[in-house]
Amino acid sequence: MTTETLPIRPEDPFLEALQSKDPSSEEAQTWLVPIRQAGIAAYSQNGLPTTAHEDWRFTSLANLREVTFDLSLAPSTLSAMELESLPDPLQGKESIRLVLVDGQLDEGLSSRSLLPQGITLMSMKEAIQSHQTSIKAHLGQYTYGNDSPFAALNSALFCDGVYLHLPAGVELEIPIHIMHVTSDSSQGRVSLARNFFHLEQRASATVLETFCGPNKGAYLTSPTLECRVEDQAKLEHIKIQDESPEAFHMACVYASIDREAHFKSHYLSLGGKLSRNHIRTHLNGEGLCCTLNGLYLAQGHQVMDQHMVVDHAKPHTESHEYFNGILDDQSRGVFHGRIHVRQIAQKTDAKQTNKNLLLSEEAIADTKPQLEIYADDVRCTHGATIGQLDEEAIWYLRSRGIPRATARRMLVHAFAGEIIDRIDHPCIRESLDQLIWDQLEKLPHFHTHTSTDPS
Amino acid sequence: MSNSSLLSITNLKAGVEGRTILKGVNLEIQAGEVHAIMGPNGSGKSTLASVIAGREGYEILGGGIRFKDQDILDLEPDERAHLGLFLAFQYPVEIPGVNTTYFLKSAINENRKARGQEELDAVAFLKFIKEKARLLDLPEDFLKRSLNVGFSGGEKKRNEIFQMAALEPTVAVLDETDSGLDIDALKVVANGVNQLRSPERAQLVITHYQRLLDYIVPDVVHVLYNGQIIKSGPKELALELEAKGYDWVIEEAGQAAAVTSQS
Ligand SMILES: Nc1ncnc2c1ncn2[C@@H]1O[C@H](COP(=O)(O)OP(=O)(O)O)[C@@H](O)[C@H]1O
Ligand SMILES: [Mg+2]
Repeated sequence: MTTETLPIRPEDPFLEALQSKDPSSEEAQTWLVPIRQAGIAAYSQNGLPTTAHEDWRFTSLANLREVTFDLSLAPSTLSAMELESLPDPLQGKESIRLVLVDGQLDEGLSSRSLLPQGITLMSMKEAIQSHQTSIKAHLGQYTYGNDSPFAALNSALFCDGVYLHLPAGVELEIPIHIMHVTSDSSQGRVSLARNFFHLEQRASATVLETFCGPNKGAYLTSPTLECRVEDQAKLEHIKIQDESPEAFHMACVYASIDREAHFKSHYLSLGGKLSRNHIRTHLNGEGLCCTLNGLYLAQGHQVMDQHMVVDHAKPHTESHEYFNGILDDQSRGVFHGRIHVRQIAQKTDAKQTNKNLLLSEEAIADTKPQLEIYADDVRCTHGATIGQLDEEAIWYLRSRGIPRATARRMLVHAFAGEIIDRIDHPCIRESLDQLIWDQLEKLPHFHTHTSTDPS
Repeated sequence: MSNSSLLSITNLKAGVEGRTILKGVNLEIQAGEVHAIMGPNGSGKSTLASVIAGREGYEILGGGIRFKDQDILDLEPDERAHLGLFLAFQYPVEIPGVNTTYFLKSAINENRKARGQEELDAVAFLKFIKEKARLLDLPEDFLKRSLNVGFSGGEKKRNEIFQMAALEPTVAVLDETDSGLDIDALKVVANGVNQLRSPERAQLVITHYQRLLDYIVPDVVHVLYNGQIIKSGPKELALELEAKGYDWVIEEAGQAAAVTSQS
């Protein structure tokens, strides 16, 4: 590894720690050594980017840079009682539950009794040893060479995570719930779960990932998920980020999708001081369909960023991206979506929309939908809106006897409902609908607008 | 004002952004009556309807509106609805994501709550609106769809009448509900209005065409022009307007005004 081209970045919170690593002597699994090294190299090239970087123009990492992170903190534990006190959208419903505390699987808190035979669902730490041959060919293969510094950080340092494998033809009805919990408020904790979901041909599964943390303390959660969805397989993935108010959440999701497969991935962002979903999907087979669907609800000074590239690499592929943001107070929502259609990808059918609803005069939405098309026979549409509640609609509802505050709530809820309604799994859709209602009720300007409200 | 007066508008002046649109409207509607308002485009018909229903953004420059002997100018639109006022919109609004059934249930229950009535439970409500929907010949699934989204022009108008039927208002104002309807849809709309007619209620029908008035027979026809009612007459006036247009009425009114200003 060469390091001599590095610019000096004394304020980078991870660079020094990463450069002092020597995977070839520290990593017990020799096959992981190149993955570690690639992560260190990729991170070292740029370190944490500044807003001068085009991909980070609207999202400043200055706050994150100020925190002193401690990469050596060992994962803590959580009592069963503490776990019960955490919100669980699948409470009382059938699910297979894995709990990761500070990025490490806690077997005692997990419950896999409903997991059918033939499906592998286990700790990544364990899988690296026991399922080497299955994982080796995939791990790190889908990250576009660690194209995010946080994926690079994850590749260099992850200890654990979740490995899910469904053999060909196996359909799992019961949802898998992976709970990512940050245990305590130790200042500067970093959780780096590495997850890999592998669905072989015609397999299908629903995976819910939830992220939450303690009520105070600055910590960083930076999970990286790789998915391989083989021919005609079907994966529905739902990710809910509800971190604590001082937390940083920098997630990377990579999916490689094969012929006639369905990948549907939902992103619900609620918490954290600064959060970002970095999503890259590789559309690698004819007749497939990829849907990215997200809702972000920000208030206070929260910054929520959705950054995705959908890479159409084969002809006859279909993709949809729908992201709605509801922004209150002085919060900021950032959307960056690029549909990349390669020359070979004729008959691509791609659609992208980003809609932002500003509930206060001070909230900001930055949106950048982009098309990058090298094929000539494609259908691609994109659109973005930033606006306030439709006064015509409020007037219409009021004329029917619905009070202004209720009318506002109906419209905000409808705006959120557009996204929630796209979740296929009925049980998860219902609980998220309720969760969203509750969250909306907490927005300061859910009922009344900041200044110009006459009533 | 008689005891049976439901809607009483006196010398109403209203405008938008410094521009006066209604220039002294007088209108008296008794219980049991149907009034029609006709008039060329831009006369202020929709403005009058909006001001009656309480739309924000209009400045009231003078005069008053009493409904059931109560001054309603200071009331919010939803409060006016609770009193029994309804406006069928000329351009019904599409509201994506708000399910029609859910919307109607909220509206009905908000009205019931405000009137001190018990809210309808889900079963009673569904039975109630399904009956009303049958009356209006609306597509089967429209109750499950987002409010007015993807509806044709005619469906939107019928949905207005459907909502009116469900809310059973004391006074309904219909703003060009007949525009763009074929004859069958027109009959459905007229039927909806006629079902509502009773000695305790009244309707104010704004229209361009006298053909609607073949089905909803008015007691009085008014011509609104340039923000004022310049002529009122029996239902035959509508036929005369259809045959001869508005010019003669406008001319007549102009002469009358000239005479008034001379004296
Ligand atoms: N919100 C508004 N802002 C500005 N002008 C308006 C507004 N509403 C109505 N007007 C104007 O007032 C006049 C009357 O309009 P309207 O009440 O819609 O008439 P009608 O319904 O009889 O066709 C028109 O000249 C119209 O342009
Ligand atoms: Mg009009």
